[in-house]
Amino acid sequence: MSQPAYARELNLMPCHTCAQICRRDEHRCPRCNGPVHARKHNSIARTWALLLAALMLYIPANLLPVMRTNMLGNASDNTIMSGVIEFWKSGSWDIAALIFFASIVVPCMKFLILGLLLVTCQRKSRWAMRERSRLYRMVELVGYWSMLDVLVVALVAALVQFRSLSSIDPMLGIVFFGLVVVLTMLAAMSFDPRLIWDAEVEDV
Amino acid sequence: MKTLNPMNTFSHLIICQHCDSLFESVSLNRWQKAECTRCGAVLKRGQRMSVQTLLALSITAALLFAFANAFPVISISMEGLNNEATLWASVEALAHGRITPMAAVAGLTIILAPMLQIALLCWLLAFANAGRAAPGFRACMRTLEHLRPWSMLEVCLLGILVAIVKLAGMLNVHPGLGLWALGMLTVLLILISGKDIHRLWDDLADQLI
Repeated sequence: MSQPAYARELNLMPCHTCAQICRRDEHRCPRCNGPVHARKHNSIARTWALLLAALMLYIPANLLPVMRTNMLGNASDNTIMSGVIEFWKSGSWDIAALIFFASIVVPCMKFLILGLLLVTCQRKSRWAMRERSRLYRMVELVGYWSMLDVLVVALVAALVQFRSLSSIDPMLGIVFFGLVVVLTMLAAMSFDPRLIWDAEVEDV
Repeated sequence: MKTLNPMNTFSHLIICQHCDSLFESVSLNRWQKAECTRCGAVLKRGQRMSVQTLLALSITAALLFAFANAFPVISISMEGLNNEATLWASVEALAHGRITPMAAVAGLTIILAPMLQIALLCWLLAFANAGRAAPGFRACMRTLEHLRPWSMLEVCLLGILVAIVKLAGMLNVHPGLGLWALGMLTVLLILISGKDIHRLWDDLADQLI
């Protein structure tokens, strides 16, 4: 089956925000007045920067406690992983699996997939382009579910406040974890999936 | 003679946002979708709802949003002591000490972004229903597009359920009135915040020159 033409070869480009088709020489979309670029500006460098920053913050996010539980005088600190283990031991394996997926699997998957996409795009690889494109869409789709743990800590901390008797307080680890989620989301947004297919066009 | 709108020159074409392939646009029925033959991404979907339906759902969403924020989502009791939390209280719980930046992120994702989305949808659709482009149409449509990834009500809903299970082992937990409103609001927001609103660009094209 013959493949469709690339818009780039015909000197056309779509507006990111309203999908209006613009000519290559235009800088602002005639319809929504937003800025238009043939490719997202500096996509590879920006994505690398955001991804590496997120990877560095991911270390303290997992090592530092995310909340302190103070039950009738017994204080204990919980990291993300120890929270998962606690759920597992108490018998709610489904919730343990859910939090493990949202807080550990999803961020690690994002690091691996975005890293893989960046390296293959820089090498102008033609390997598995359709599948890589699908991987990127998956990252965009599941990425924001990592926010789950931040919101759980916020809710639990707001609820359990019985002065000296018992309380649950958020700890520094949650800031690092939240920043990892925000940075990986920004990284996924700044990556331009069309770079995957640019390997097919000779003059880029 | 009808004047040629410069923006309609390419209106029969569609470009895949994921791989830059150029296609001729076809009209779709309800629930149909067009996929890119090169990368498999969705190119466009058939219209599911009319402007009137969207407007009605947006107004409902606005009311549910007020309920979800006014009433507590969970309440707990332990040895005679009671406590309850609203969405705003959980954002506030993050605002103390060194973790303040997280309060901003949580506030954006569960309160500010959904609120702006609903307000902008009501504003745009109310005018579109009367066949007119709302003042500030372009800026509103652009803002809506940028807000979408940051609105995380569905994650919040799951977070509330996890929090209920987490605390149920230690004390008595009761779901609050706000939780029911939030549940319905989440479903509505998924329905109305999609790409359906994009039709306004075409519906109101002649007013935007």
